[in-house]
Amino acid sequence: MAYSDKVIDHYTNPRNVGTLDKAKPTVGTGLVGAPECGDVMRLQIEVDPQTQTIVEAKFKTYGCGSAIASSSLATEWLKGKTVDQALTIDNMTIVEELSLPPVKIHCSVLAEDAVRAAINDYRVKNGLEPIAAPELAHA
Amino acid sequence: MLKLPIYFDNNATTRTDPRVVEAMLPYFTEYFGNAASRNHAFGWSAEDAVDYAREQIATHIGANEKEIIFTSGATESNNLALKGVADMYAKKGDHIVTVTTEHKAVLDTARVLERAGKRVTYLPVNAEGLIDLNELEQVVTDATVLVAVMFANNEIGTIQDIKAISAIAHKKGALFFTDATQAVGKVPTNVDEYGIDLMAFTSHKMYGPKGVGALYVRRKNPRVKVTAQMDGGGHERGMRSGTLNVPGIVGFGKAAELARVEMIDEAIRLAALRDRLETSLLEIEETYVNGSRERRLPHVSNISFKHVEGEGLMMSIKDLAVSSGSACTSASLEPSYVLKALGLDDELAHSSIRFGLGRFTTPEEVDYAIDHVKAGVQKMRDLSPLWEMFKEGIDLKSIAWTPH
Repeated sequence: MAYSDKVIDHYTNPRNVGTLDKAKPTVGTGLVGAPECGDVMRLQIEVDPQTQTIVEAKFKTYGCGSAIASSSLATEWLKGKTVDQALTIDNMTIVEELSLPPVKIHCSVLAEDAVRAAINDYRVKNGLEPIAAPELAHA
Repeated sequence: MLKLPIYFDNNATTRTDPRVVEAMLPYFTEYFGNAASRNHAFGWSAEDAVDYAREQIATHIGANEKEIIFTSGATESNNLALKGVADMYAKKGDHIVTVTTEHKAVLDTARVLERAGKRVTYLPVNAEGLIDLNELEQVVTDATVLVAVMFANNEIGTIQDIKAISAIAHKKGALFFTDATQAVGKVPTNVDEYGIDLMAFTSHKMYGPKGVGALYVRRKNPRVKVTAQMDGGGHERGMRSGTLNVPGIVGFGKAAELARVEMIDEAIRLAALRDRLETSLLEIEETYVNGSRERRLPHVSNISFKHVEGEGLMMSIKDLAVSSGSACTSASLEPSYVLKALGLDDELAHSSIRFGLGRFTTPEEVDYAIDHVKAGVQKMRDLSPLWEMFKEGIDLKSIAWTPH
């Protein structure tokens, strides 16, 4: 199965690889997946508390090319969005953008989970309720 | 100049040796007869060619040419051996012993036999991929008709103690069958020396064409019979009907002859190249060889690069054609059952790469692979949150992961 050009582009030149200081109150960290499943994504956002805008996003991913591309793309989309706007990022948009085949849809789901987990970590740190997301429970 | 991509997947299939192709060509357009046509020259030349190939193959494994049953490949040979013996010897017993790390062609056939009422024992393996001979001795009973243990494993290359295993089977009156798909043409597989009653193997793993394989069926001490699984014109002494694939068989014969002459030198050359590859790659931190390093095919190395996902790594070493125990492409997301049977945890199984060297592998290609893999692993570890946590001294087992 060949990868799409966009997957190859993100894989070859991943955007926003790195680590933010997870102890900072302005940083939200999402760590999703499991080593035994072959995919782990860590996605981090840094939020400007005045404007609620995501000023920085970083990721590291253990997984296949599609998982790496999904998380790289998610960090690109996160920057400049407000926290509320970021919640609109859903996995099917990632699937379409990267032309992921059906067997790789779980990679996009994981990226969406990582975004939500990072936002919720930021919210909880700042005294807010986590966003309930029933669709987080992907079987 | 190196030609890219480089082929390191010789356990999946091998390049057909040009000498083999040359031998085959006249049998497409010139001597195209049906080997079963007994009444004209076209048929006779085809039959002569098949007889000659049968002899070349039999000689290579130390058998008589009448003991070679041609099939479409190793999967069919495995099916014929297991189903054919289970049926033919149904009055003697209903029990088969095999191993958890067999190829799916054996395991799935065994499952079908279970559904048909046979009893199958699946022996586990140790960390090296070897079965416990004492355990085998305990499970083989008077009701056991067949012990089926692969000669060498396709993922890790581990070579079982075939002589000892066949001796245990014979002591209890069971037949011994081995799937030697990965072994024939790579290491000695003399059927008398190893006490083999039935042996499956295929042409395309030994530099012959695809679509042709064989089942060795012993004719003396004891005389073994299998019930045909393909009915029709009664070819192959009634054990496998179907018009013979004459060009394929000619190629298979030539491949067997080349193996007979060149195999030992080739094994020594490939083991040295494989060791060079493996020793260099093991210089990378947190890197492990899967399976036995001593009892192993000379051309295989299966290595796990910790905290790097196999399919992701394959993408970064795209100039190398290798294979991985990661199941990222499969819907089940289950990594290799062979690696799991060794006791590897799922993460290390996902992190494995199989390198399969072959007749056409050069030292330059191996050196290129070493540099390429080292750079690829570095790139993937720079991207890996698990590697970062490992470096920070975080115990990954202490984290509440969210399996999906």
